[in-house]
Amino acid sequence: MALSKEQIRHIAKLARLELSEAELKKYGGQLSDVLSYADQLQEADVEGVEPTAQVTGLENVFREDIVEEWDDAEVKAALSRAPELEDGQIKIKRVLG
Amino acid sequence: MRLNELTIKQASEKLAKGEITSVELTEACLARIKEVDGKIRACLVVSEKEALEEAKKADERRAKGEKGDLLGIPYLCKMNIMTKGIETNAASKVLEGYIAPYDATVVKKLKAAGAVLLGKANLDEFAHGASTENSAFGPTYNPWDLKRVPGGSSGGSAAGVAADMCVFALGTDTGGSVRQPASFCGVVGLKPTYGLASRFGLIAMTSSTDVPGVIAKTVEDAGLVLSVIAGKDKNDSTTTETAKSDFASPKPDLSRGVRGLKIGLPEEYFIDGIEKGVREAIEAAIEKLKELGAEFTEVSLPHTKYAIPVYYIITPSEISSNLARFDGVKYGLSRRDEAAPHLYDVYAKSRGGGFGPEVKRRIMLGTYALSAGYYDAYYLRAQKVRTKIKEEMDKALEKVDCLLTPSSPHPAFKIGEQSDDPLKMYLEDIFMSGPSLAGLPAMSVPCGFDNGLPVGMQLIGGRFGEATLFRVGNCYERAEKWNKKKPSIK
Repeated sequence: MALSKEQIRHIAKLARLELSEAELKKYGGQLSDVLSYADQLQEADVEGVEPTAQVTGLENVFREDIVEEWDDAEVKAALSRAPELEDGQIKIKRVLG
Repeated sequence: MRLNELTIKQASEKLAKGEITSVELTEACLARIKEVDGKIRACLVVSEKEALEEAKKADERRAKGEKGDLLGIPYLCKMNIMTKGIETNAASKVLEGYIAPYDATVVKKLKAAGAVLLGKANLDEFAHGASTENSAFGPTYNPWDLKRVPGGSSGGSAAGVAADMCVFALGTDTGGSVRQPASFCGVVGLKPTYGLASRFGLIAMTSSTDVPGVIAKTVEDAGLVLSVIAGKDKNDSTTTETAKSDFASPKPDLSRGVRGLKIGLPEEYFIDGIEKGVREAIEAAIEKLKELGAEFTEVSLPHTKYAIPVYYIITPSEISSNLARFDGVKYGLSRRDEAAPHLYDVYAKSRGGGFGPEVKRRIMLGTYALSAGYYDAYYLRAQKVRTKIKEEMDKALEKVDCLLTPSSPHPAFKIGEQSDDPLKMYLEDIFMSGPSLAGLPAMSVPCGFDNGLPVGMQLIGGRFGEATLFRVGNCYERAEKWNKKKPSIK
């Protein structure tokens, strides 16, 4: 199925991707091609078939809920990858208008 | 023979006898990297100093009487597997310069076994691709023909092993990413059963099919590495405690031959699109295995044709979710200048500016397939067809010991030849996405050449049936010795 430029723009917004006009145009055609190819799935008979999300057959794997303390160096190393810190916390830009 | 050309088996014997040291072996690999990697570009990072320190430690451990097949053996690790203190960037601008604060479980296990990390190998950005052309840091070149791709996404790992820059390499396989480059580079590529080896510390792509994999010079070597990296991990709840199959015993019994083994040939994998040279190599391999005593029987897997469409709905869907973590907030590329006054802008600019084209394409495709109104038609339906694919493969493998198929319909293609056509690139996984969706073990083994380019055959086993793959692969490679042929890099 063919996707309109508006649909592509909407998907990009949902995916939090800023795209150029050229990208919007290019991806529109390419996504449509892949989706058309995937349309052959509609012909497969899946009446009464359960979906498979994972193949291990495992269910409800539990483990003890234990807090593992990190030492200061480890905490610092993990936080040091963030672009902006304040009082040992990651600072973000404002969320509301 | 130069030390870097040794297999794990050969090198560990020499190390055990005291004929060589791990430092010498590591130096030989580092020298080889310097000699040829300017042309091949398999490595994104070479951690020479750390490697030599680890080699020295391995020699000291041996001097104290410690033994082990991997003790002192140098390897390359794909750049999407976390290594503490050494850059892990998944070949993406988004993670350029990122230093992981911990080791992936498989890396930790290799470290404990004394393997020596030489550096990090190139891949398609976030493992999205089948040629390594999608790396944000430039492509890797195939050692057999520098105008061609090494395959992907573990192209750096496969090219590194093929060019003897290392003794083995770690890769990851989601829909063929270890097996296809192994076949293009003339080396062995093993994708274990889903749940056999931990995914903890692999940068997630498609969590329901991602597995760590091994690229090695021989089938026997692949078994030695697997026996170290396999096992239940509390940090990956999809890993299973398995019965110790014979690959995990101290000395795998590979000498039984293939007499009496039943191998299935799925008719849907022997399609018209297979190149003549590939078909001939596969047919010759079948003849050789018959000579060695294996029995062949035709099987039918009618849902094979849906494997690619299912894979390219499920994979982008999981990608769109897994890659949401790259948001410019916690780590990685962050665009937070005056043009990004709100949190949304930081997300959209960091991601839009940092991800490469194929990553964006997949995120968009997955976002669409999961979005309201389309979920049932695409994602849910794909998951149902996946059930059919899995059930019919499991059923076929109840009647035979393993399946044999070509790894790819063609040998390595030229750089740039299909990089503008995403759908064509997706079809690269045509013989490999089925076992991935079903979670089965599969291995590509070199089985000849087509106009001087390596051809691989794929062996697919039953769940946790790696031992059978090793038995067939080892028996075959001992009879044919394709791995003795080396590329002349020019």
